[in-house]
Amino acid sequence: MSERCAVIGVGQTVAKAKREDVSIAGLVREAALAALDDAGLTFADIDAVVIGKAPDMFEGVMMPELYLAPALGAVGKPMFRVHTAGSVGGSTAIVAAHLVASGVHERVLTVAFEKQSDSDAMWALSVPQPFSAPLLAGAGGYFAPIIRAYMHRSGAPGDVGMMVAVKDRLHALKNPYAHLHLPDISLKMVEESIMLWDPLHYLESCPSSDGAAAMVIGSERAVGAATAETGRPPAWIHGMAMRSEPTMFAGRDQVNPQASRDCAADLYRQAGITNPRKDFDMAEVYVPFSWYEPMWLESLGFCDEGDGWKLTQSGATSMIENGDIPWNCSGGVLSSNPIGASGMLRFLESALQVRGLAGEHQVADARRALGQAYGGGSQFFAMWVVGAERP
Amino acid sequence: MSEREPVTMMAAPIHLDYVFTAGVAQSKNLHGLEEGKFIGQRCPKCKKVYTLSRGSCPTDGVPTDEIVELPNTGTVTTYCVVNVPFAGQSIEIPYICAQILLDGANLSFMGLIQEMPTDEVRMGMRVEAVWVEPDELGPTMASVKYFRPNGEPDADYETYKEYL
Repeated sequence: MSERCAVIGVGQTVAKAKREDVSIAGLVREAALAALDDAGLTFADIDAVVIGKAPDMFEGVMMPELYLAPALGAVGKPMFRVHTAGSVGGSTAIVAAHLVASGVHERVLTVAFEKQSDSDAMWALSVPQPFSAPLLAGAGGYFAPIIRAYMHRSGAPGDVGMMVAVKDRLHALKNPYAHLHLPDISLKMVEESIMLWDPLHYLESCPSSDGAAAMVIGSERAVGAATAETGRPPAWIHGMAMRSEPTMFAGRDQVNPQASRDCAADLYRQAGITNPRKDFDMAEVYVPFSWYEPMWLESLGFCDEGDGWKLTQSGATSMIENGDIPWNCSGGVLSSNPIGASGMLRFLESALQVRGLAGEHQVADARRALGQAYGGGSQFFAMWVVGAERP
Repeated sequence: MSEREPVTMMAAPIHLDYVFTAGVAQSKNLHGLEEGKFIGQRCPKCKKVYTLSRGSCPTDGVPTDEIVELPNTGTVTTYCVVNVPFAGQSIEIPYICAQILLDGANLSFMGLIQEMPTDEVRMGMRVEAVWVEPDELGPTMASVKYFRPNGEPDADYETYKEYL
């Protein structure tokens, strides 16, 4: 990275099943205006806009960025669209940050969204392919066999996924923006929910949400101006990395993909992370199905391979249990899933934490945090490290 | 007009047909299916055998020219039981969706398992393909009706652990 850069403003909509009061344009504008407000800026101060969402088929609106330019104040300015399936919110933030880190722009607005109520993502993810049997049943149908492989490989007890499902929903009770607020959530409630994709229960899966997220990324100069104007601290970007790999090749480890491990290694090298569990104060990681917490704990180096479930089981990732490395204090993807925005929410929430602005789900004195997103068939990865200190 | 509620939703159904040019490599697989056979393609470099190959090795980036005829039998490497209804679904739920590694292949693919109770499926289970009637065979995966247990003892985990 050349120029230092930081998150100087964040905005998000409340995630909910149906936002019938706004169109897609209204939804993204709401998040964008909130981010500008947080940064003490207006659209006029923005040099470029970078937008991302999950595949267009989800809403059936092809290249929506073209019609969203006016709603995002992007008329007459550079606008970029990023495509990396479910990880797109993370990749979009990274592309925006690259435009600042490279010295091209001073202030870049980045936005990601999904309006699942306009769409049928389950259908869009299940369209028969020309050369395979019509078996795909949404993302859960794709990931459940991989989860089964993890359970077999690690010898994890069957209830670890349910523990994550409960923990993230308890965290969500502290986040007014979360879609699901389930005060009565319990292991029993998860266990008694319908088995959708054996071994995954209904309550071990993410909801379908409408929502948008936005951030303003600024150069060092922009950070100084914003802080002077608003009095709110920035979240400095200490490192960012993206990796991908093909969906299918012989010997591919889908449980712990090479691209995930390579992405984390690159990121940690940039940010000087040697012991993730100690070096981070918290992490926001893309966990759309409960078992992905122990799986990513291992892949991201928070423990040895095969031990992720033990970390979850010990309460280490729970704010409620005062764990030493809380994961997904916002409630995570398990509590809100506006797909395209879900990755950006992980990045945004990590920034909120190191700025000390996370409200009720704030981790005390969070100085350094990880934001991670993955997508496709566990093949696209985007990660960043943000910190309270200027790097 | 001002007192009227906004229109919050309008359905706009879209129909999309597409023509797909299978190309030389996939035509080999498709002709195999037309004859009731699975065709694999071997990478000259890593020697891995790809089923439903697109004609090149994803790891080595070289053409997989050598054709290998694969048997009708394979192993379930992992699976899930689908119990969720969705628009356009063509199979009655619950059904078993499994990763099947054909004997002699180095890449599994997703297949439907039938002719058994869904709660008896397991990793390592041995299966065989059930094809449509000979006069219904065509250059499509629909030529394979489904897979079913073939009665052989389960495969040892070590033999398929790289193909989960």
